[in-house]
Amino acid sequence: MQTFDLSKEGLRALNSSLHALKGQTNMTAWEIINPKGAHAIAAGVDAPVEITVRGSTGYYCAGMNKQASIFIKGSAGPGVAENMMSGKVVIDGDASQYAGATGNGGLLVIKGNASSRCGISMKGIQIVVHGSIGHMSCFMAQSGSIVVLGDAGDALGDSLYEAKIFVRGKVKSLGADCIEKEMRPEHLEHLEDLLRRGEADHKAKPEEFRRYGSARKLYNFNIDNAAAY
Amino acid sequence: MCGIVGLFLKDASLEPHLGAMLTEMLITMTDRGPDSAGIAIYSGAGEGRAKITVQSAHPGREFANLDADLKDAIGQPVLMLIKDTHAVLEVPLDQLEAARSALSHLRPTVKVMSAGESIEIFKEVGLPKDVAARFGLSKMHGTHGIGHTRMATESAVTTMGAHPFSTGSDQCLVHNGSLSNHNGVRRELKRLGMTFETENDTEVGAAFISHKIQSGDTLGHALEATLTDLDGFFTFVVGTKNGFGVVRDPIACKPAVMAETDQYVAFGSEYRALVNLPGIEGARVWEPEPATVYFWER
Repeated sequence: MQTFDLSKEGLRALNSSLHALKGQTNMTAWEIINPKGAHAIAAGVDAPVEITVRGSTGYYCAGMNKQASIFIKGSAGPGVAENMMSGKVVIDGDASQYAGATGNGGLLVIKGNASSRCGISMKGIQIVVHGSIGHMSCFMAQSGSIVVLGDAGDALGDSLYEAKIFVRGKVKSLGADCIEKEMRPEHLEHLEDLLRRGEADHKAKPEEFRRYGSARKLYNFNIDNAAAY
Repeated sequence: MCGIVGLFLKDASLEPHLGAMLTEMLITMTDRGPDSAGIAIYSGAGEGRAKITVQSAHPGREFANLDADLKDAIGQPVLMLIKDTHAVLEVPLDQLEAARSALSHLRPTVKVMSAGESIEIFKEVGLPKDVAARFGLSKMHGTHGIGHTRMATESAVTTMGAHPFSTGSDQCLVHNGSLSNHNGVRRELKRLGMTFETENDTEVGAAFISHKIQSGDTLGHALEATLTDLDGFFTFVVGTKNGFGVVRDPIACKPAVMAETDQYVAFGSEYRALVNLPGIEGARVWEPEPATVYFWER
């Protein structure tokens, strides 16, 4: 176990140590103490290691993550796991705005609530939120899935492409071109898998969710649909 | 960008440390706003007394004998405490308007930063740590206070363009964001008799709220009206004699984090600003909802 005191050694030293990990390494377990809301903690990691952050983080923690499993034992600031490529990020507390934005792959688990714009423009990431998500979540989301055990705020899935949205609680309002869709057996199976991987299978069952997706009317600009934008 | 910090104390034993706590929070927000910094601190005044905080570009010349000159003008004793480019003038509460009027004749180029029974405002151009040191912010005491670090977007980097803005007795406002209809709102408020010191968008927000309150609205209603009448991005934190309030625009892209314990309610643009507050580990930490007015009062 490598323990790193961020308040003593600083962010650049941390991230350059993490960036130096290439492929197989024997330094597979890292613990970061005193994060104190610092920005860009463990951003840009590209190695199959486990990183535990003991406290709350600021902007862009675990951004661009590839391969690593990153555990935040507190809450995360804006843009956590932004543009994640693979690996896993698990947040014990809440996440601020645009969690998982533009994520290409990997799994993001938020055990508390996520704020506005969760999963905005997601491109393949899987997101499981144990609590609720804020307004404008999944705006222009292209692919991947999001599972929300609580409620969703205004304008969910506005201008959505092919991302799959599952919400158990209330949706305050759906955005343009986002509609409720039929839950078929393959969706229930997919949900079951995501709930298990998102450590939420003891809290919710697949049958309790509703599925939302794109009505596919706004994919290409059509003057007849101008009023819907 | 811009950074905001705020602290409302519930536990009176922390009041001697308010300045020190706010100063540390303010300096943490330096990289959100290195252009200028300011603080509004509510420290009360003697019974029946009021305070006017003034600023001068030539404090040596303009503050010399200001207390004596003001005493001659209003016929009542005046206490003056000079802090760098600012001075706090304590006058009898019933002479507050007379003193303000006399000031404008005695020292026409001196600017009034704030006036009221509790508020003092200090703001200058420069790094937050330098501004804090110039005014000795860390030694100040009080019940609540608001600080701001500015990264200018809407108007020039000047002392008067720094936040907080005060356009009403014991009222102040700080802002992260930018208003897009401030020129139109300013014209309307001028027509209604409000006066402005700058071309700054935030001053319009402050005057908008002050005008609503002067017209009989509660602070809560005034803050709700910002959601319909002001266009643009904003996280506002407002201070009054008894408390402070927070409101974010409906899009809420300007960050805000709050923390509450039995001892205080704290506001920060980022969690970083709150990390060294006492008991933060056990605090309830949350983001204020968009288009929702929050208020704490003693």
